[in-house]
Amino acid sequence: MITELGHFALILALFVAMIQSTVPMIGAARRHLGWMAVGRSCALIGFGLTALSMLALMHAYVTSDFTVINVIANSHTDKPLLYKITGVWGNHEGSMLLWVFMLSLCAAAVALFSDNLPPALRARVLAVQGMIATGFLLFILLTSNPFLRTFPPAPNGNGLNPVLQDPGLAFHPPFLYLGYVGFSVAFAFAVAALIEGRVDAAWARWVRPWTLASWCALTVGIAMGSWWAYYTLGWGGWWFWDPVENASFMPWLVGTALIHSSIVVEKRDTLKSWTILLAIITFSLSLVGTFLVRSGVLTSVHAFATDPQRGTFILLLLIVAIGGSLALYAIRAPALKGGGLFAPISREGALVLNNVLLSCACATVFLGTLYPLFLDAVGGPKLSVGFPFFNRTFAPMMVPMVIAVGVGPMLAWKRGDLLGALQRLWVAYIATALTVLVAFYVTYGGPVLAVLGLGLSAWLFAAVLTEFAERIRLFRVPLGDSVRRAIHLPRSAYGMTFAHLGLAVSVAGFAASAYAHEAIEILKPGGSIAIAGYQLTLEHVDRIPGPNYTADDATIRVTNGGEFVTMMHPERRFFPLQQQTTGETAIRTNLLADLYVALGDSDTAGDWTVRVYWKPLVPWIWMGAIIMAFGGAVSLSDRRWRVGAAARGSRREAQPVPAAGE
Amino acid sequence: MRFLCALMLLVGFAAHAVEPSERLANPALEVRARTISGELRCLVCQNESIDESGADLAHDIRLFVRERLTAGDTDTQTIQAVVNRYGAFVLLKPPVEPATYVLWYGPPILVVAGLVGTFLWLRRRQAASADTVPLSAEETSRLDGLMRENDG
Repeated sequence: MITELGHFALILALFVAMIQSTVPMIGAARRHLGWMAVGRSCALIGFGLTALSMLALMHAYVTSDFTVINVIANSHTDKPLLYKITGVWGNHEGSMLLWVFMLSLCAAAVALFSDNLPPALRARVLAVQGMIATGFLLFILLTSNPFLRTFPPAPNGNGLNPVLQDPGLAFHPPFLYLGYVGFSVAFAFAVAALIEGRVDAAWARWVRPWTLASWCALTVGIAMGSWWAYYTLGWGGWWFWDPVENASFMPWLVGTALIHSSIVVEKRDTLKSWTILLAIITFSLSLVGTFLVRSGVLTSVHAFATDPQRGTFILLLLIVAIGGSLALYAIRAPALKGGGLFAPISREGALVLNNVLLSCACATVFLGTLYPLFLDAVGGPKLSVGFPFFNRTFAPMMVPMVIAVGVGPMLAWKRGDLLGALQRLWVAYIATALTVLVAFYVTYGGPVLAVLGLGLSAWLFAAVLTEFAERIRLFRVPLGDSVRRAIHLPRSAYGMTFAHLGLAVSVAGFAASAYAHEAIEILKPGGSIAIAGYQLTLEHVDRIPGPNYTADDATIRVTNGGEFVTMMHPERRFFPLQQQTTGETAIRTNLLADLYVALGDSDTAGDWTVRVYWKPLVPWIWMGAIIMAFGGAVSLSDRRWRVGAAARGSRREAQPVPAAGE
Repeated sequence: MRFLCALMLLVGFAAHAVEPSERLANPALEVRARTISGELRCLVCQNESIDESGADLAHDIRLFVRERLTAGDTDTQTIQAVVNRYGAFVLLKPPVEPATYVLWYGPPILVVAGLVGTFLWLRRRQAASADTVPLSAEETSRLDGLMRENDG
């Protein structure tokens, strides 16, 4: 019964979305306020309906309703409750439902928090969101319906893939999808602006919080995925340049460019048509990612051809959405007149450089991900494009980028003084030189590129702090004045500082991963491995029953110079239902380095393969990402974006720090 | 999306990467073997190198690489031997050949074109604005009049 309710709610949501995509659009064209207001109600009702259908599917999973085909295929009565709930999106149909749920959440948020938008713009934005929702609801209902039933019910389900039975499944996909789908708001704003033919500073100010919020979610989502891979895979890799990862990384890269270019639109009323294009491309790449992952085209071009229904549908959606928006762009963008002029060396110039490099980096990832598919499809040779390609093409673009991030914020708007900025960064030179020298000395004979990477990180860190110190005029005015300036600095300025510091922290983590050590031994109980000053002794391995698996749990005593440090418990879990074994690693971190232990096979004599890794600075990769996302959130809390803040012009002048933007 | 990736990597979970039993006694050869394995793709996994993969096939290729190295092959010869056996698909680093020119030369060309294009665009915009004809005396006086009107 509840399942049918969910099913009907989803069908109803489709009709509501169809109304949402047409009525407000017509209303906006005819200046009919009543019709425009329909968009808002539809968005809220649509959210209620998709939430209902999400809950209905969850109910089917939690109660193990084995008349629902999707539950049979992906659940089992013995599965722990957490995985019954998260298993809802651990499969194709359910994850598409999550996608649409996030989309309706975004539309509802726009409907609720858009009191300061002109009604016509709001109506058009919601209508565009309605169109996207219509497309994806049709996709779910026609090709990937999670509510299909079967009778008689199956005695039990097939269970969830053991690899996915991890707390990571609870957070990673929702954050990732929120980020993906959140960019649909920027996309809708861009399309609405093209229809209206007007893009101004106010428009940029309205779009920015939505872009920032989705960017934060996507950053967290990607970082969580990377961390999940790290602790699950058993050898400590954290990024693989896998097509599925690239699918989420591409919108992130262009989304980052979008955040930066929209600053220029807001402050200087220029780069408008480029910003609109970025907004379109960002969401288009989210759609491309969905297509790549959902159509099966990645496994093989031929798998796509044998079961083409889903793939063709998404491809069609892709063509309509991307083709349509780009066509609209081609027609309307030339009418958008660029405003403020600026010299190549200026804050705007630096932001343009950021955009060029990020876009090229994204294009490189796009090429590396899709070129092999393209070549295969046209009958060319089968290629693998793996990390060596990306290390040689993507990484070199990021080096000038990171260097520029240090300098850009020091330049003035319109016409900057590069020489002056470079002189004022003297602290950063010292920090870089010291870091490089110390790193080179400590790791003598090790990888040289990693030393340069650490130097890059030190450069960025010091440059960002220098910029902040300048902003509060530290040591130039009395300390009290500096503190007062720091207090009155807008949140968006703090946001930028945090985000850039986060990047510096992550860069150090990337670079230092070259220093990882490994030790792999076959141990008898009592045997030990030495790594990076630690002594790891395998005490015993016990067989422990789990909820739906049995685990071989190793007890490993870690000592450092004879002193007890900790006990570690890596496991191997055997899932009888799927006849699969997974590894559960044990990680001990002191935030400067991880000690990472994975338990391997045992042989007939009862000896165990134990893999130990020592990974310096690896936690910084994710700490940096979290700091970046935190920066985004701080910037988001700037009162400038808040509802009703537009009418606050007079109070602004009271702030002592002028022109304190990004 | 990582969970889907994990799904595809499933094959790699039965065991873990490099087994101690595979290792060569000669540490110099073993280091070379590890470097080579890092750049060869496990054919049954998604984007995992044979050094990282626990699949049986990866195990076989690792042993094959070590056999070749022990037999005295150079690194290039060893990689070529693997390619002869399993095809160019095993190379995580695609070869530079006409079919991959776009792949290898595309990104640097794009960066250069992007930077040059942006610079030219900025220059043209500035030049265009410099061409703006200044107001004539008559226009100026009319503008002044309008401004005064506004102030009053």
